[in-house]
Amino acid sequence: MEWFETWGLTITVFLPVVGAVLLGFIKRDNEDALKRTALVVSLAAFAASVLVVAGFDFGASQYNTYQFEVSETWIGAINANYHIGVDGISLPLLVLSTFVMVLAVIYSWNHWEEPKNPKAFLILMLILATGMNGTFVALDLVLFFIFFEIVLLPMYFMIGIWGDKSPRKVPGFSKVFETRLYASIKFFLFTLFGSAFMLLGFLALYFESGDVAGERTFDIVQLTELGSAGAFTGTFAFLVFGAMFLGFAVKVPMWPLHTWLPDAHTAAPTVGSVLLAAILLKLGSYGFIRISLPILPEEAASWAPFIAILSVIGIIYGSLACLAQSDMKRLIAFSSVGHMGFVMLGISTMTDVGINAAIIGMVAHGLITGLLFFLAGSMHHRYHTREMARLGGNIKLMPVMGGILAFTAMASLGLPGLAGFWGEFMALVSAYNPLDGLSLGVFRTAMVLGAIGTVLTAGYMLWMLQRVNLGEPKEEWEGHEFKDVDRFEMTAWVPLIILIVIIGFYPRIVFDSTTDAVTSLVDMAFGSDATASISSITGG
Amino acid sequence: MRGFLYDLAILAVDEGKAIEAGDGGFWADTAGIMLITPFIAFLAILAVGKKLKHNGGEIAVAALAINLLWASVLFVMNMTGGVLTETTFEIARIGSDLVFELGWAVDGLSIMMYFLVNFVGLLVFIYAIGYMKGDVRVHWFFAAFSLFAGAMLILVGAPNLVQLIIGWEGVGLASYFLIGFYWDDLDNVKAGNKAFMTNKVADVGLILGAIILGVSIGTFDFGELSKLAAEHDEALGAVALVGGLLLFFGAMGKSAQFPLHIWLPDAMAGPTPVSALMHAATMVTAGIYLMARTFPLFQNFDDLAGDGRMWMVAIGTITLFAIGLLALVADDIKKVLAYSTVSQLGYMMTAVAAGGYTAGLFHLFTHAFFKALLFLGAGSVIHAVHSNNMSDMGGLRKYMPTTYWTFVVGSLALAGIIPLAGFWSKDEILATLGHEGFTLVMWIAIAGAFVTAFYMTRAVALTFHGEYKGHGEPHESPPIMTGPLVALAIPSMLFGFLNVPGLSLPGIGNFTEWLGVRVVAMGDYHPESVDWGLAAIGLAAALLGIALGWRLWGPDKDTQAARDRFNVPVLYPLLRRKYYIDDAALGIVGATTGPIARFIDWTNTYIFDGIVNAVGGMTKWLGGITYNFLDQLGVDGVFNGLSAAADSAGSSVRKLQTGRVQQYASGFVAGALILVVLFVFVI
Amino acid sequence: MVVSQFLVLAAALFAMGVYGLLIRRNIVLILLSVELMLNAVNINLVAFESMIVTTEALGQVFAIFVITVAAAEVGVGLAIVLMIFRNRQSANVDELDLMRY
Repeated sequence: MEWFETWGLTITVFLPVVGAVLLGFIKRDNEDALKRTALVVSLAAFAASVLVVAGFDFGASQYNTYQFEVSETWIGAINANYHIGVDGISLPLLVLSTFVMVLAVIYSWNHWEEPKNPKAFLILMLILATGMNGTFVALDLVLFFIFFEIVLLPMYFMIGIWGDKSPRKVPGFSKVFETRLYASIKFFLFTLFGSAFMLLGFLALYFESGDVAGERTFDIVQLTELGSAGAFTGTFAFLVFGAMFLGFAVKVPMWPLHTWLPDAHTAAPTVGSVLLAAILLKLGSYGFIRISLPILPEEAASWAPFIAILSVIGIIYGSLACLAQSDMKRLIAFSSVGHMGFVMLGISTMTDVGINAAIIGMVAHGLITGLLFFLAGSMHHRYHTREMARLGGNIKLMPVMGGILAFTAMASLGLPGLAGFWGEFMALVSAYNPLDGLSLGVFRTAMVLGAIGTVLTAGYMLWMLQRVNLGEPKEEWEGHEFKDVDRFEMTAWVPLIILIVIIGFYPRIVFDSTTDAVTSLVDMAFGSDATASISSITGG
Repeated sequence: MRGFLYDLAILAVDEGKAIEAGDGGFWADTAGIMLITPFIAFLAILAVGKKLKHNGGEIAVAALAINLLWASVLFVMNMTGGVLTETTFEIARIGSDLVFELGWAVDGLSIMMYFLVNFVGLLVFIYAIGYMKGDVRVHWFFAAFSLFAGAMLILVGAPNLVQLIIGWEGVGLASYFLIGFYWDDLDNVKAGNKAFMTNKVADVGLILGAIILGVSIGTFDFGELSKLAAEHDEALGAVALVGGLLLFFGAMGKSAQFPLHIWLPDAMAGPTPVSALMHAATMVTAGIYLMARTFPLFQNFDDLAGDGRMWMVAIGTITLFAIGLLALVADDIKKVLAYSTVSQLGYMMTAVAAGGYTAGLFHLFTHAFFKALLFLGAGSVIHAVHSNNMSDMGGLRKYMPTTYWTFVVGSLALAGIIPLAGFWSKDEILATLGHEGFTLVMWIAIAGAFVTAFYMTRAVALTFHGEYKGHGEPHESPPIMTGPLVALAIPSMLFGFLNVPGLSLPGIGNFTEWLGVRVVAMGDYHPESVDWGLAAIGLAAALLGIALGWRLWGPDKDTQAARDRFNVPVLYPLLRRKYYIDDAALGIVGATTGPIARFIDWTNTYIFDGIVNAVGGMTKWLGGITYNFLDQLGVDGVFNGLSAAADSAGSSVRKLQTGRVQQYASGFVAGALILVVLFVFVI
Repeated sequence: MVVSQFLVLAAALFAMGVYGLLIRRNIVLILLSVELMLNAVNINLVAFESMIVTTEALGQVFAIFVITVAAAEVGVGLAIVLMIFRNRQSANVDELDLMRY
């Protein structure tokens, strides 16, 4: 497998875009061929990522060493290289990304939103896949930035073309927008705004690395070494962290930069929402773990209480906003704000427990919220409305769909024994004992508020079930024939359900990959005392 | 692997107390099967349940029957020799320090619970096959019921706090499904939501408590926690007060302690077998079980945490007395029993909090049998008359003899009449309270015994005596339902003898010793012999309750005549009691308990329920404010405002673009001229 | 040699060009005015070159550049004008405001 060691990641990343080119040669009306090609390509990318897992050495634990690493000169003039690789932190996310993409293609099989055009849609999806996979393996800031931005375009078009066509009144404007246009532009502008600052931060690091180390570099590995040795400090580090914070925080999204999210999620076509929730949001939190924290550890620690506060506001605020929603999809969208709040709370503690919590929280949120958006899309497909006031008794009309919805809602509210629990629980654990030197008052308050947030989460999820699933069906649906879950939906959803349960009872499948990398990351960033905050008396 | 529970036992040996316990061999090693079968049953019923004759009931029963085999073998092994072992699997390891494990503990406490859950559960499941016949979605009922039992088994088998939380919330989830089982009616859904949400609030306590204790001592393992508590560990002592009270708060939710009891009466919205299982062996016992599992923490609470025990005892006491009074005014027979459960849970909680580990658990044990019996009996009655209200019953003694006699046995056991089970367990609680110095509480508990007997007499009288007031011809339930009643009546009568102070049954010892494989280290109090004086007082209180209850609600001519003459609906027994003011003894009762009960009922409905509803409403309102003002107008408004400003600036500036080239050129020339002037004359 | 006379001539030519550019309504005349301005610049270039002589004769070189560009510009410009006239039967700039907001 020598050959695969070198090419494995490149294949995983670029296969989809090659597939997109292939699709370009297939006639527009030959829908079957288009779908089959897209499926084969995404399956192949998934298989490649699984082979990466198979070839991954889980024993190698030192942070900042990567496997399947490739480093080739790319733009010599600015010392930007094609440098990619995976470690225990990015591996689960990479697999999640290729995996969800396969499910998304399967789901699209018979769910096309107007104006159809499967060819264009599938091509966009495959380009998106390349961007997402690439972000998780990029080890060069320029490369990272490019993948990070590639994601933006397909999603912009997905929302803008296939999105919700209903009118939307925007406060402050006299004219009425089409929701899809409003949402897509908002999404684009917000993200671009953030990434502009992020790019500034990257450039600043590039030039500063020249002053510090003699050679300017965009290389994450080298910058991490410099950073953990304390090369970047003072106002410079403060500004750079702030700039990158803006870029990542918009993507996560953190309160108060979240407002693009409900609009984009609600307006996007089903597959768009799924990919947005399952993977795109993770790019931001992944950026914190991969770039901000290791390169600027001291600055990260001094920003930590601020991030924790914003996270907790996000948790409470997102949950409260959910309680005011009448649109099912929008409710699910807002729930992401709360859930990503737990992820960021975990990261902000700067401990190994917290960062592990964040990663499993990201994986779990990807699976659960992805599934919720699939469900919301399928329900919309059948009822042609997302207004919860008009739904009700869904479980009577479509027992299987209702059952899956109930299951997913339970998973989303963090029921122990399902995947969502670990992210929340461990984020709270880590908030009790953050990194030495961080304010215990802030973090313990955050813990209590976060725990209260779980109650609110349960509240709105149950309320949603009550309004959508239970009771008697409304009169307007009398005489309607509803087709329960079809085989494509089943194929796309069952793997998610199984994974949610498996991770719930056996989180090791994620932690075995992440824990060593995270521990040594924290060691490297803050010294090895930092991980000893939980004393080591264990059962067994 | 013998685990930390074993270490705890070793600690006892160090203190010179002998301990006899085997490792349970094959049966203990495979005890985890009990935790899994209900989930297999759950999936199997969902998959094929609809096609089976009993809609999956047979699968559910089979699963629990297998479980009961294991539980019984372990129970017998524990009686004869003692079993103490635990098996765990690592499911997550963070760094080298934080380890999460799943597994099963097999010791006196968990074996007792395994047996209880599976035994009572099996009988209730069998009963439910008859009870649910012809109902809607029966397969879903059995699926959720299996889930319920499975989650409870995961809870009681937990060797650490994390697995306990998994089971704990699993129980909450299953109860949500079952309470809202008739979800076509949104009222039932709301009852389910209320139960889930109340529990979830309490779960915050449990989760935070678990985190605080677990992180402080470095493990979530019960054995280690108990060991450190027994050793008065300093790190634990620093957080014991907060952590312990938070755990207690969690226990208050599940075990329906005042004021978190509010979900429980509403939980009657589910089918009666659900209530039977929920109130007897599962769910509500979880809080008591948690307290017992972490008992060394509470045993040494005063040493570890300073003050705090008083509060827990106080809450238990309020619950046992005040909520018991509510049973006097309820008309719904299931609500009478529900309030009675809350009151009995108050006894258990008081006992455990006061330091009476065995006393509390023994009451839990006996109560499970007779409360399941009473609920199943009530279900049998409801099945016959198609109403929950006692005002629609009466005189059923003639029609349903088996139900009647078993119900009477259950009532007497609950009331604490010698020699039935409830007498012995309640007496042990009283003795422990007295010994631990909670004299006032002990007297309140005796008064509670009076109230218990009082309302149970009322329930029996109104349901089974007098004239039948309902519609149609009631009939005895089929054998599949009466069978479990008889099967539960036997332990309700006899199991009290398992723990008569000073009595050690040949070959098997007594209940205290069975639990003792763990408890010797804790040194809780066991009376050496029966304190007949105290027992007599407790018994007298109960008999007085029965006598007064019978006088008040009995079917004899005078009462009937008085009732008829006043024509007061049965719904308002308090009004009727006014007639008896002439009668001195009854008058005192009527004048005191009546208004008090009514007052408590009022506060319950308007204050506590009101608070809950208000909190719910407030939260929703807050949600509206957050979304509509803060988010849509505030945060989003800022961004929309920015873009709107850009938009309007653009639309005014764009007017400059006239499309006339020469106008642009003029501007251009003018600009150039200005620059020329600047360069030439100014600079 | 005195440069100022040439500069005055160039300035006068340039001013006439500007005037024509702003006042005329016919596109052809506007184009002619542009030519006038370009030639004014050419005069300047040549005049300055004669004042500070460079070895590469930069002034003349640039002047030839300008003439070339001007020729090309007139070629393309007149072609466009022709097309406009054919389509709209007019070469009046006031009627050509398709590019307004």
